[in-house]
Amino acid sequence: MSELLEINDLDVEFPTRRGTVKAARGVSLTVKPGEVLGLVGESGAGKSTIGNAIIDLLERPGRVAGGSIMFEGEELRGRTEDEMRKVRGDRIGMIFQDPQTSLNPLLTIGAQLVETIEKTTGIKGSQADDRAVELLEAVGITEARARLKAYPHQFSGGMRQRVVIALALAGDPDLIIADEPTTALDVSIQKQILDLIKKLCRERDLGVIIVTHDIGVIAEIADRVCVMYRGEVVETGPVAQILGAPNHEYTKSLIAAVPRADQRLHRFTSVDYIEGGDEERRRIDIQTHWLGEARSKPSSEDAIEVENLNLSFTLQKAVLKKNRKMLKAVDNVSFTVKQGEVFGLVGESGSGKSTVARLIAGLYRPDSGTIRVKGTDITTKPKSAEAVEARRAVQMIFQDPYSSLNARMRVMDVVAEPIRFYKMTSSEAETKQIVRDLLDHVGLGAEAAIKYPHEFSGGQRQRISIARALASRPKILICDEPTSALDVSVQATILNLLKDLQEELGLTMLFITHDLPVIRQMSDRIAVMRHGAICEIADTDQLFAAPEHEYSKHLLELMPRMDLLGTAAE
Amino acid sequence: MTDQPINITPSRWQRLKDNDIYWSFINSPGAMIAAAITLICIVAVFSAPLIAPFNPFDPSQISLWDGKLPPAWAEGGQSQYLLGTDNQGRDMLSTILYGGRLSVLVGIAAVCLGMVLGVSLGVISGYIGGATDAIIMRIADVQLTIPGILLAILINGIGRAVLPIEVRDEFAIYVVILAIGLTDWPQFARVARGATLVEANKEYVQAARVIGLPSWLIMLRHILPNTLRPVLVIATIGLALAIIAEATLSFLGQGIPPTTPSLGTLIRVGNEYLFSGLWWITFFPAIALVVLVFAVNLLGDWMRDALNPKLR
Amino acid sequence: MLAFILKRLAQSVLVMAVVSAISFSLFNFVGDPVNNMVGQDATREQRVQIRIDLGLDDPILVQYTRFMGNALQGDFGLSYRIKRPVDELIFERLPATIELVFVSAIIALVVGISLGVYTGIRRNSWISRTVLSTSLVGVSLPTFIIGIALIYLFAVILRWLPSSGRGGVVDLGWWKTSFLTVDGWRAIILPAITLSLFQLTLILRLVRAEMMEVMRTDYIKFARARGLAERSINFVHALRNTLVPVITIIGLNIGGLIAFSVITETVFQWPGTGLMFIQAVDFVDVPIMAAYLVFVALLFVIINLVVDILYFVVDPRIRLGD
Repeated sequence: MSELLEINDLDVEFPTRRGTVKAARGVSLTVKPGEVLGLVGESGAGKSTIGNAIIDLLERPGRVAGGSIMFEGEELRGRTEDEMRKVRGDRIGMIFQDPQTSLNPLLTIGAQLVETIEKTTGIKGSQADDRAVELLEAVGITEARARLKAYPHQFSGGMRQRVVIALALAGDPDLIIADEPTTALDVSIQKQILDLIKKLCRERDLGVIIVTHDIGVIAEIADRVCVMYRGEVVETGPVAQILGAPNHEYTKSLIAAVPRADQRLHRFTSVDYIEGGDEERRRIDIQTHWLGEARSKPSSEDAIEVENLNLSFTLQKAVLKKNRKMLKAVDNVSFTVKQGEVFGLVGESGSGKSTVARLIAGLYRPDSGTIRVKGTDITTKPKSAEAVEARRAVQMIFQDPYSSLNARMRVMDVVAEPIRFYKMTSSEAETKQIVRDLLDHVGLGAEAAIKYPHEFSGGQRQRISIARALASRPKILICDEPTSALDVSVQATILNLLKDLQEELGLTMLFITHDLPVIRQMSDRIAVMRHGAICEIADTDQLFAAPEHEYSKHLLELMPRMDLLGTAAE
Repeated sequence: MTDQPINITPSRWQRLKDNDIYWSFINSPGAMIAAAITLICIVAVFSAPLIAPFNPFDPSQISLWDGKLPPAWAEGGQSQYLLGTDNQGRDMLSTILYGGRLSVLVGIAAVCLGMVLGVSLGVISGYIGGATDAIIMRIADVQLTIPGILLAILINGIGRAVLPIEVRDEFAIYVVILAIGLTDWPQFARVARGATLVEANKEYVQAARVIGLPSWLIMLRHILPNTLRPVLVIATIGLALAIIAEATLSFLGQGIPPTTPSLGTLIRVGNEYLFSGLWWITFFPAIALVVLVFAVNLLGDWMRDALNPKLR
Repeated sequence: MLAFILKRLAQSVLVMAVVSAISFSLFNFVGDPVNNMVGQDATREQRVQIRIDLGLDDPILVQYTRFMGNALQGDFGLSYRIKRPVDELIFERLPATIELVFVSAIIALVVGISLGVYTGIRRNSWISRTVLSTSLVGVSLPTFIIGIALIYLFAVILRWLPSSGRGGVVDLGWWKTSFLTVDGWRAIILPAITLSLFQLTLILRLVRAEMMEVMRTDYIKFARARGLAERSINFVHALRNTLVPVITIIGLNIGGLIAFSVITETVFQWPGTGLMFIQAVDFVDVPIMAAYLVFVALLFVIINLVVDILYFVVDPRIRLGD
């Protein structure tokens, strides 16, 4: 079969004030009709740049500096804007990441479809309407004709992404470039969209390039895979070979960092290519250090007891009670966490798992129910001295490493804040020494203290957050999606760090995530949440082996098939 | 936090040079020219007693015989009066320098008043929320229903009416500052509140709450420093507007009295002689005012672009 | 839709109540009205009599209710200075102000929006750069300086246009217009340009900024990726999304024109309400000040109401709810 798209030696440059950044270097790849090529890499790998370069929509001031892009036997480089416009939409379709922002909010779906159909195919008037209906039906939207008059905001996220796909198909293109098409969607919808793309690819003999950071997506949909690292393609091959028996060192470490749903590993194997590997960590001696003085001794007490917790948010205010729209964010939730245990809360977005975490951390107050931390009630009298003291033992690590640190404070002041506020040391010199020790211990190095947060990468910032949490000498650590904003290899190192800390300090941990493989690696017991309520609480292995609740089964089925991965060495 | 590390790896100067804002400044000729003009203007007006050839408030240096002289280069001009003299025989250059000083002072004072008031109310409003927020923002909304300059005229008018006639001129300058400052605050409050709402939802503020810090400390140490960027932009543009507002009030005869003229008062006085062809009495103060305001605006314009993360 | 408008209407009523309370308090804070009514030589008895006649000895709440009742009927009492009913004075001068603001608004909107769109699309052309730099000068020029400069150039030096007044006015019985004579048009040109220039530059810069903001959105990028024509992207997709925030500013802008008409009218001795207001402030003529305040707030509230309704029409997200 001849190649649909053939890229040879492509160089893409972004001139910046600190010199030219080569976003892609000597990239070569091919796509055949009816084939899904997965372009995978972590942030900064240059994978999105390739997609934009093909249709000549690089963000300024980026430019293609060398190489060739042959599409259906013709060179795409060096074409005029008018010529490229005939290629875009007509012959190459594009799907973007976020369906919330990809559609014009002020025009109906029909208007946007008809406009695109008229431009790309020349079909006009009511025939264009008919064609729009056909397209919507092809992407699985029911009552398509009536939906033509609807505006984007009247669709759910998944439906919008279907509309986006319909728009990309409007010109009957031969190649579709999908840039992280499911990253903004929930797991259950992700699966549907991927199935749809795969189906369209087979039915219409389309070439598809899926750009993604997610190995799960690749395992699910790709036929062949290109692995990119720092602007270069390091390895290309059939999906089974890349995932099961990678050749390149980078691919190996990437695959090793992917959390497994099928077995629990003690730690992730750390490999050279990963930022901040464990080798550099200068650990402190917990036995003798300030930090270790307050560590928990093993015991069978309950660290957290949650009873019949309820919380509603007002969606729409109104004077009359019956007109108010309320969202039951937390619905009669009860569970207990033993001391030294890692308790997982898992669910899709909107399941209330983060709200429960914030209730325990004292960021929200419940409508009803009680929370006891180490036996002390912190809900009935939240301002009482005992409650305040008990809550000090609870610290939290947040999701977004870019917003969880005050950009105007040096790392020293960020980490030292709780120590200084509670006067936990006898002198400022001691405080500073402790902060430096903590930074060493989380793998940043004491030099980090004098820098500002923006000088660090996402993973490093998450380490600062961890150091700040440790500075309060907590007994209980709440981790709210601590790695979901990070690349998979960085995620592995952060999860390793959290595991280590949990063990050495005897921490009780509440681990919240939407990611089943991650929670399998971290937790002893798991609660599955949906619509604010807990569906099932079970031991981790039990849950993954034999889920009882229907929803747990459903979630586990949606998990990307990872059976292509070989058995990783411990 | 007086935390001075012993060995600063990148020095403060290197940090500054590495800063995007500094870089944007160095690469924007408009911004550099604006900063230079603003700086020159401010230095010139504040050193007026040193560099002005005459003291326009010293009767011994003023002679009515020298009144209404054209600029030095025009026919009938005298070399010691570079920009000519006004109707009372005061040297134009000197009156402009002294008048400019008053204009700049009033502008800065008014902006500071509006900023302190607006930012504190805005941050409190945004962080506390609930009824406090509703009350403060409703007041701001109602005030914004009345156009700024009208309100300034009104507050100024009331202020003057309340004062006894004898001290009216003496206190005129404070009344003007009060009028402009009180007119300004809702802008600052809105911006500060908007920024606070964004910041308060960020996880570093939640982290501070989990640590157990009290609200006032969170507002002061965490939120306030992070709202300053947009506030700074508003303050710069606000300074330009405040200088214009003072000039406008004075031009309308509502502001600074002619005995200690500001730029606006000078233009008002000169305007009466415009039809008789004595153009310089209006022209030079007007140019001085426009150049000053333009430079500040240019600076504010660049700042808005440089501090907007979306544009970078 | 109805609920939405009713809600806005309720807010407007609240705003008007507050503004009228403030303007009522002017009477009590600013000077003693009796001093303004009588001469220096009035006897004590005369003063007391006037206080009683004016109802100044009644409880504050009674006075306020009376003030509100009268205000609702458009009655703000007699001007201290001219000794004529305030509503009569305002309505006499209203046509002059409205015509001036109307012409200025048209100039500011038409020129401002079209230049804004042009500079937003052709970001890097030299025309855009020139327009943009000029616009910054425009923002920096105080209205009264523009007025003085135009008068000096066109009235004093060139002698093409009159420097003050409304020129030839035709009395339609209830409305004196300067739109019906050449003389009237000649007289309105300079003040209208003066008044519009500042707002024009504001609109221009705002439309351009919004346009550039919209151009960076994903849906514009997606429209490009579908190969849509540049024309359609600019005018169908970008312009409409730009207009949503611009509508608010246009509302504020018309309010701004009313405010700055005070200055323009003073410079050009234009016989409108603004000039009357500034004279009233000079003489602490409280009834006129109070009435003008209420009047301007009312105009603003009405404009904001219209803006809200326009939003409703333009933005389906508000119209149809989520």
